[in-house]
Amino acid sequence: MTASVLIVEDEESILLSLEFLLGKEGYAVTTARDGAEALRLLEQSVPDLVLLDVMLPLIDGFELCATMRAMPALAGTRIMLVTARGREAEIARGLALGADTYLTKPFSTRELMDRVRALLASPRTSGA
Amino acid sequence: MNGPPLKGQRLVALFLLGCLLFNFPVLSLFAGSTRIWGIPLIYLYVFAAWAIIIALMALIIERKDH
Amino acid sequence: MLSGALIVVLSFAYVGLLFAIAYWGDKRADAGRSIIANPYIYTLSLAVYCTSWTFYGSVGRAATSGIGFLPIYLGPTLMAALWWYVLLKMVRISKAHRITSIADFIASRYGKSHLLGGLVTVIAVLGIVPYIALQLKAISASFSTMLQYPNTVASGSAASLPFLQDNTFYIAMLLAAFTILFGTRHLDATERHEGLVAAIAFESIVKLVAFIAVGVFVTWGMFDGFADVFNKAAASPELNALLFQGGASGNYTTWASLTVLSMLAIILLPRQFQVAVVENVDERHLNKAIWLFPLYLFAINIFVLPIALGGLMHFPPGTVDADTYVLTLPMSEHRTWLALLAFIGGLSAATGMVIVETIALSTMVCNDLVMPILLRWKFLRLTERPDLSGLLLGIRRAAIVVVLVLGYGYFHLAGEAYALVSIGLISFTAVAQFAPAMIGGLFWKGGTRLGALLGLGAGFLVWLYSLLLPSFAKSGWLPITFLTEGIFGFDLLKPQQLFGLTGLDDISHCLFWSMIANIGCYVGFSLWRRPTAAEHSQANLFVDVFRHVTPGSGSRFWRGSATVADLQTLLGRFIGPERANESFAAYARSQGIQGSEQVTANAVLVHYVESQIAGAIGSASARDMVASVVVEEPLALDEVMAIIDEASQALAYSRQLEQKSRELEAATNELRGANQRLQELDRLKDDFISTVTHELRTPLTSIRAFSEILSDNPQLDPAQRSKFLGIITRESERLTRLINQVLDLAKIESGAADWHPGSIDMREVLDDAVTALSQICKERNITLDLQMPEKIPAVMADRDRVTQVVLNLLSNAANFCDKPDSRIAVSLVTEKSALRVAVADNGIGISPADQAVIFEKFRQVSDSPAGKPRGSGLGLAISREIIRHFGGRLWVESTPGRGSTFFFTLPLQNEAAAAQAA
Repeated sequence: MTASVLIVEDEESILLSLEFLLGKEGYAVTTARDGAEALRLLEQSVPDLVLLDVMLPLIDGFELCATMRAMPALAGTRIMLVTARGREAEIARGLALGADTYLTKPFSTRELMDRVRALLASPRTSGA
Repeated sequence: MNGPPLKGQRLVALFLLGCLLFNFPVLSLFAGSTRIWGIPLIYLYVFAAWAIIIALMALIIERKDH
Repeated sequence: MLSGALIVVLSFAYVGLLFAIAYWGDKRADAGRSIIANPYIYTLSLAVYCTSWTFYGSVGRAATSGIGFLPIYLGPTLMAALWWYVLLKMVRISKAHRITSIADFIASRYGKSHLLGGLVTVIAVLGIVPYIALQLKAISASFSTMLQYPNTVASGSAASLPFLQDNTFYIAMLLAAFTILFGTRHLDATERHEGLVAAIAFESIVKLVAFIAVGVFVTWGMFDGFADVFNKAAASPELNALLFQGGASGNYTTWASLTVLSMLAIILLPRQFQVAVVENVDERHLNKAIWLFPLYLFAINIFVLPIALGGLMHFPPGTVDADTYVLTLPMSEHRTWLALLAFIGGLSAATGMVIVETIALSTMVCNDLVMPILLRWKFLRLTERPDLSGLLLGIRRAAIVVVLVLGYGYFHLAGEAYALVSIGLISFTAVAQFAPAMIGGLFWKGGTRLGALLGLGAGFLVWLYSLLLPSFAKSGWLPITFLTEGIFGFDLLKPQQLFGLTGLDDISHCLFWSMIANIGCYVGFSLWRRPTAAEHSQANLFVDVFRHVTPGSGSRFWRGSATVADLQTLLGRFIGPERANESFAAYARSQGIQGSEQVTANAVLVHYVESQIAGAIGSASARDMVASVVVEEPLALDEVMAIIDEASQALAYSRQLEQKSRELEAATNELRGANQRLQELDRLKDDFISTVTHELRTPLTSIRAFSEILSDNPQLDPAQRSKFLGIITRESERLTRLINQVLDLAKIESGAADWHPGSIDMREVLDDAVTALSQICKERNITLDLQMPEKIPAVMADRDRVTQVVLNLLSNAANFCDKPDSRIAVSLVTEKSALRVAVADNGIGISPADQAVIFEKFRQVSDSPAGKPRGSGLGLAISREIIRHFGGRLWVESTPGRGSTFFFTLPLQNEAAAAQAA
C-alpha cells in the first residue's frame, strides 16, 4: 500500500519541488501552506509522514509539532522537520518536541528521498 | 511632640476654622433677632461653636493614631 | 449685717489655707513626690488667666455690651490650638537655656541683650501695674460690698480713704507677704515653685466652683432656667435691645481686636509665661491642656449672661454696680453662705493673679533690670562678693513689694474712672507689644536686636501715649485737654484719634497704631543690616530648637580656660554654696563621671554653669559673670575665619566626595547600560545573521531542488521543464536582489554608501516610478492614480535613491492589493518646508502592532491572511534610511482591512541647505 505524506510549507517553489519529488516516488501527497490548514487536514486523515517547515506563518513548525504529538490519533505519524535555520539549539528543540528527524535547507533531493524511505520503513518508536 | 506632625496640622486647621467661625461675617449670619428656647440665636451659636471647637481639640489630642 | 471682722477672718483663713497648700506642695517637691506633675494641675494653673476681671468684670461687661465679654475667652481658645507649635517651642527653648521670664526670653533671643531685657521689663511692669490695680480694686470693692450686707446699694469708694484705713492696702501687703514667702523661698536655676503652683491650681478650682454656684443659684433659684432668664429679659425693651444690639452684632472691629489681644495675652502675659513655661514640669502636659484649658474657660463663662441679665432685672437701674452682681445677687436674696463663697471665689481670682504676676515681674526686675545695673557699677565690687544669693533674694522681695505698691498707687489714682475690664485691656495691649519680637523671634531668623528694640520701643510709646496717659487724663490726673485737643493743641495728635483716625474704640485704635509702629520698626530695622554673629547664633538656637537636641550646643565656638573650683565658687555666689555643690554633682552624673572632683573645665561645663546662673540672674548677666572667671581667649578674627574656613573646607570636601560618588554611580549605570546595549546588539546581530541565512537558504533550496530534479529527470515534458527552469531563474534573481539589498543596507548604515545628491524634481521621480509599475499593476488589475500640483519646488536628494524608495513603496502596495477593485493612489503636496509624498492603497492594511516594526530589518507582516508576504523584508528599512539621510521622514498610517498609506517628506531645498550648513 502507498504511504501518505503531508507537506507543510509556505514557500511556494519549495512546496512544488517537494510535491513533485514525493509524488514521483508514488506517495499519496497532500499539501498545506500554513499550520492551521495542516491541522484541518490532520483531523480529516492521518498521514504516515509529515514534512514540516519550521518558519510558518501564524502557527510555526515547533508549535504544530507539539500539537500533533498531543493528538493520540497521530501517534504513528512520523515527523520530519525541514528547517532553514541550522542552529543546533533549534534542532534539539524540535526533536524534544517530538519530531523524528530533521533536514536542513538547502537539501540534496537524494538525501531527502533516502531519509523519507528510511523513516517510513522503520516503525515509529514511541516518543515522549 | 511625640505624636505625628499630622496632629499639629490638624490643630492649625482647627485654629483657622475657629478664626472663621468667631468673626465677621459668619457671626453676622446669626445676629438676627431669632430666638431658640427663648435664647437669642447669636448666644447659642457662639457657645455651640465654642463647644464644638473644644470637642474637636480633645478629639485631635486624645486620639491614638497608627 | 456681716461683721467686718468675720469677713476679714474668713479672708485670712482662706489665705492661710493657701499657705498650707503651698507649704505642703513644696515639702512634697523636696521629697521628690511632686503633686503638680500632671496635666490637670498644669491646666488649672493656666487658669490663673481668669482673674477678678473674669469673676466680676465679665458680668459687668455683659451688662453693658451683651455678648461682648466673650472674645477675651475665644482668643485663648483659638491660641490653644496653636500651642502645639508656639508654646511647645517656648517651653523647649526655655528649658534648654534656663530662661525664667519673658524679658529673659526676648533678651536671650536677640543676642543676650541687657538693653532689650531691661526694656521688656519696664514695659511689663508699667503695663501690668493697672492690671494689678484692677485686682486690688476688685478685692476692695467686694470687701466693702460685703460689709453692707444685706444692703446692696453702692457705698463710698475705698479709694478715697487714707491708706492706713483702707483694707485694700492691707490685702496688698498680705499678698506681698505670701508671694515673698513662697515665691522667693530660695534661688533655683529653674526658678520653679511647686508649692505655689499647687496653691494657684487650688484657687482655680475655688473660683470656678464659686462662680458656677452663683450661676446655678441665679438661673434656677431666682429664675426658672436659661430660657426663663432670656424670656423675661426680652420683655424689657432696654434689655432686649442689649441682647440684640450689644457686643458682636454691634462692633465687629472691637470683637476682632479683643480676640487678637487675648490670643496674644495668653502666651505673653508675664504670669502666663510663668505658669505655662517656667513652672512647666513636663512638656507633655501641654497636650491635654490644649483642650482642657479652653474647657475651663467655657465652663466659667456659661453663667455670665444669666447673672448679668438677672442683676439688670433684679436691681433698679443705676443702683448697683454691674461689676458686683456676682456678690449682690446672692446678698439680696439673703444667701449668706453663697455670698461668702462668691466673695472667696473673687478673692481667689484676684490673689492668684497678683501672686503669680508679681513673682514673674520680680524675677524680671531682678534679673533684667537691677542686677545688670548693679553688676556694672564697679564700685559696688559685687563681682567679688562671695555669696550673692542673699542679695538676689532681697532684690526680688523688694521688687514684689514695689510692684504691689505701684498697683495700689494706680488703683488710688485711676481706679475709679474705669470698669474692671477696661483696666485689664490696657494691660493686654501693653503685653501685646511683645508679640512681634516674641513670635517673630520664634519663627524668623532674620529678626535682630535693633529691630526688636526699636519695635518694642515704638509700640510701647504709642501705647503710653494713646492708652495709658489718657487713662490718667480721664482720672483727672492729667488735664483733660490732653484728650480733647491733643498734645500742644495739635489736632492730629489727639491720643485717641491719632492722625485723625476715628470710628475705632480706644483699644482697637491703640492696637492698630502700636502694632503698625511695632511691626514696622521690628521688620524694617531687622532688615536694615545683617545680624551680628551673636544674634545669628541665638536665632539659630531658638528657631531651630527642635533640631538642637543637646543643650549646650550653644557653646560650640567657645574657647578659653577656667578652673573647676572657680566655676563652682561662681555658681555658689548666686545660688548658694550648698546648691552649687549639688548642681556640680548633678552635672557629673549627667556626664557619666564618677565624682565631681573628676569634672574637667571644658566648654560644656562652662555652658552648664552659665545656664545655671542664668536661672538666677538672667542670661545676659550670666554671660558677663562667667566671663569674669573664665580666662576667655577671645576668638580673633583670623581664628574665626579659620573655624569657618575649616568648616567650609570640610563641607567642600564632603561635597566633593558626594560628587565623586555620584559620578561613579553614574558611570556604573552608564557601563551597565552600555553592556546591556552591547548584549542587545549582539543578540540583534545573531538574529540578523540567522534571518539573513534563512532568507538566503530559502531561494537556494528551490534552486538546488529543481536543478537536481531537472538533472535526474531528463524525460520531463518540455512544459514542465521550462516551468522549473523559470522557477530557478526567478529564485536566482530573488537571491541576487537579497544579497544586493543586504550589502546596500550595510553600506548605508555604515555610512559608506555612495550618494549623488542633486536638485531633483519630485514630479519627474513620481512619473517615472508610476510608469515603471504601471505594467505590473495593469496585469494585476490595480488602478494606479497619480495626483500632483502643477508646479513644485525642487528638493535636494539623490534621484536614483528616491526613485528606489518610491518603487519600493509602490511594489509593497501592489503586493498587498488582493481585492478586485484594488487601487493605489500616489499624491504629492507642498507643505510649509517640505514636500510630502503619500502612497495609499486599499489593501488589507497593517495592524498597529505591525506598524511599529515593519521598518525594522526582515520584519514582515507575518499574519497576513494572504499567506507569506512577498519581498525580502529589507525594502522599508532601506527606504527609511534613505529618506532619513536627506532629512525627511517616512511613516505609515493604516486601518486594518481598509488599506495603508505610506508617507514620506523631503525638506525643500533651502531648508535642506540650512540643515546641512548647521
